[in-house]
Amino acid sequence: MSGKDSDVQIFRTTVWSGGPGCHGGCGVLAHVKKGKLVKIEGDPDHPWNQGRLCVRGLAMTQIIDHPDRIRYPMKRAGERGENKWERISWEEAFDTIETRMKGLREEFGPESGVFIMGTGRDIGAWICMLAYAYGSPNVAFGLSGNACYGPRVSACATFQGDYSVFDAGQWLPKRYEDPRFKLPETIMVWGYNIGACCPDNLFGHWLIDMMKKGTKIISVDPRFTWFVSRAEHWLQLRPGSEAALALGFLNVVINENLYDKSFVEKWTNAPHLIWEDTNKVLRESHLNKDGSEANFVVWDEKAKAAAVWNTTEMAFAGSVKPALSGRFKVTLADGKKVWCRTAWDALLKEVEKYPPDEVEKITWVKADVLQKAARLYAKSKPAAIQWGEAIDMSPNVTPTAHALLILWNITGNNDVPGGNVIARYAYDVVAYALPGAKGVIKLKSPELDKPRIGTDRYGVFKNFYWRAQTDVTLEQIFTEKPYPIKSLWIQAANPLGALGMDLKQWREALKKVDFVVHTDLFMTATSQLADIVLPAATFLEKDSVRSWWVPLQTMKKIVTVDECKPDPEINFELAKRFDPDFQYKDLNEILDAIVEPSGMSFKQLQDQVYSYPPEGHPSHPYRRYEKGLLRKDRKPGFQTPSGKVELYSVNRENWGVEALPLHEEPPFSPIRRPDLFKEYPLLLNTGRRSPAFFNSEHRQIPWLRALDPDPTLEIHPETAANLNIGNGEWVIVENWMGKVRYKAKTTKAVPRWMVMAAHGWWFPERSGKDPELYGIFESNVNHITPMGYQGKDGLGAPIKNLLCKVYKESPSQGPLWVPNDIKKDVKKKKPVVRKAQAKKGGRHNG
Amino acid sequence: MADKKTDYGLLIHYEYCTGCFTCMIACSQEHNWPAGMAGMKVMEVMQDLPKDKAYLAYIPFPTELCVLCAGRVKKGLKPACVQHCMANCITHGTIEELSKEMKGKKRTVLWNPN
Repeated sequence: MSGKDSDVQIFRTTVWSGGPGCHGGCGVLAHVKKGKLVKIEGDPDHPWNQGRLCVRGLAMTQIIDHPDRIRYPMKRAGERGENKWERISWEEAFDTIETRMKGLREEFGPESGVFIMGTGRDIGAWICMLAYAYGSPNVAFGLSGNACYGPRVSACATFQGDYSVFDAGQWLPKRYEDPRFKLPETIMVWGYNIGACCPDNLFGHWLIDMMKKGTKIISVDPRFTWFVSRAEHWLQLRPGSEAALALGFLNVVINENLYDKSFVEKWTNAPHLIWEDTNKVLRESHLNKDGSEANFVVWDEKAKAAAVWNTTEMAFAGSVKPALSGRFKVTLADGKKVWCRTAWDALLKEVEKYPPDEVEKITWVKADVLQKAARLYAKSKPAAIQWGEAIDMSPNVTPTAHALLILWNITGNNDVPGGNVIARYAYDVVAYALPGAKGVIKLKSPELDKPRIGTDRYGVFKNFYWRAQTDVTLEQIFTEKPYPIKSLWIQAANPLGALGMDLKQWREALKKVDFVVHTDLFMTATSQLADIVLPAATFLEKDSVRSWWVPLQTMKKIVTVDECKPDPEINFELAKRFDPDFQYKDLNEILDAIVEPSGMSFKQLQDQVYSYPPEGHPSHPYRRYEKGLLRKDRKPGFQTPSGKVELYSVNRENWGVEALPLHEEPPFSPIRRPDLFKEYPLLLNTGRRSPAFFNSEHRQIPWLRALDPDPTLEIHPETAANLNIGNGEWVIVENWMGKVRYKAKTTKAVPRWMVMAAHGWWFPERSGKDPELYGIFESNVNHITPMGYQGKDGLGAPIKNLLCKVYKESPSQGPLWVPNDIKKDVKKKKPVVRKAQAKKGGRHNG
Repeated sequence: MADKKTDYGLLIHYEYCTGCFTCMIACSQEHNWPAGMAGMKVMEVMQDLPKDKAYLAYIPFPTELCVLCAGRVKKGLKPACVQHCMANCITHGTIEELSKEMKGKKRTVLWNPN
């Protein structure tokens, strides 16, 4: 470090979003000199990352002081998209927003305001706080089918009451060294390339730590990834066929008797009876008029009669031996006798449709590879499954998640050391409404939640997933039915370039809405269509709390940058203005209220940076369903309608969608649309992660852009040769929605039948003026990805299973980007290397 | 034990390098290098194997700019790339120590700068 070290102060804090953009969790040491960040390092004492830090964390000095950062509030000075801006004071910004949004609320109701957020960042709590103070339930995650993480969380809430993830000892400060932790023997990595990202609140390289200790890998991925090279088995599936493969796993595991029968009998609803005529679960209310709809029925093998499973007592009346399998005649309240079979048998009937050779036809995974992988997974004790976003990016996400969840449950891997461990919020600190959980920050009355977009169509949105459904929101902006959308508050999100599919439609939507505010670190295409742009702060510029599983963490305001303001502060000021009865006096009060279950004040927690909940707390593993730590009534079992892991889903039955897992083809697969496949003969997969970027971010950060300078399309060398495309040539990727240009990377990372387009591309170095909008229509694959094909439950979207054709760009338009340093140095005609060395000097190996 | 600093090197257990580029940016930050310059360069090696198979490896390779973070090491810190490597696959030490450590570690390279 340059200068005297004594001038440098080192602060401990936690990474979360603003800056690296990510889901966070890493502990860092921030070196600050005279109020400026001069260096950042991983905190060697932090159990999460143990001293490590990724490129986006390490690039913070280039991010935080970047010349293009938005540094003060601005208002539009020309037409929308004209890129004419006028600097204004915060007071004017707040006053304008207050006046405009209160006016629209007055005229069109609070629900006419939609609040759009991006992925899992330090924004959820604050955007909910603002929306709810405004009186609107419409907080939207701007991705089609809300297809990232939320669908899997909702699925887990639906089927087992809680989410679970692979165990890397992340719940225990001593991690792998803690005697309670057990190393997973095998981890099945499903559509998740962790080398390049840390999604879903997991530090990706935990998997590498465990591989070094001996964990074996089963890789499920159409791409030949780093994992695949090191996997015991590679299942190269066709994107969109995930559920069929998962059901194939169940087929092998069940038929070869590789499941844990005692777990199935005791902890799942496998013995509950399904009424054959209706294909619905049999309830106590069917057996007698006064019976409860919430109680279910089994066949008692001892008494040879139906017996009621009481879900309030979580018990049978007396001693009952439920049959796991069989067909039974049951007498209903009206005396009618009907045939029933167990949920286990109903599941088996579905599973029998997917023997390995049938699965091979659907998924293109060889039957023997599936068999071997299923055996290895089932015989490994413990074993874990880690699924990635690829699961969400298909309209069939919930049934896929259901099948996989059944797999880890019936093999006895739920909440055991080294298995799929239930991930709860540390100390039960829940800041705001998340799928399956309600937090401190909530709407004033349930009445206000009624108009939430999508709840009239989708049960899971009504009951678990407290967001507006994104595709319906976009649709409603145009139809104005049942009510118009008049204002959009977009914060730390980029619907026009990252989250949104069908970008032209989003552009029109943004233009149509009366009033748009965008809050972010940098100007994007989204900001260009806003009326007011507000300068947000990075994680180093804010005091905030991070409650996402374990541990409970805090961020600390270490530096300030011009007039940039942390999202919590921006939203707090406006929340007070929107709601005259807003219950908190200052931000500290609300932070205290959020962390209250930990027994600490926010300040106390911040002083120790993070805290792990102790043994015996529901947010501390393991085997919590046995200990009565998962249910509100503290009885053993799960927080589901039956109190069991639901192989047959009562919730899904209630919502009018399939209660058992099944495979359904995505809308644009070669099987579903052979007509399109003829014209567009390559499977188009999108969104492979780059370690250099977080979605659409970081294209303007010199260190990071240099790592991955161009939008690349991975194409198999043979496929490319057949199309007369050479490595590094510019190509056009085209389908029925339009075309985009990419730089071909010929690589065996992709199969001959698929191409992979990197996502989130725009060019901050180009004009932001509409229609150029930083080139978002040029090389952003979302431009040829549709909206409006969400799953039957409103979740999941066909983002990774599309079709396209690829051809050489002619005439070639050449490269898009030359690094600024090179441009500068070329002008000065001064070799870069010599300059840098002269400055540093004294290099012993030069 | 060696005592001359020139006897130091890096042991790179590249079997576990996932190609995350952390070593490069850790170095760029430590030594204020502009974009595109660092004491490490991560290379992707996709090796074709018989029967339509392949092996994908990433190799962090020290460049002419690597000074083994002499300043950090003097202070008792690990070199920037060693500390931050997400896969913990780079070790700093004397060539003698590292060559011993190398045994039993599949797919490693020992780098001696001098």
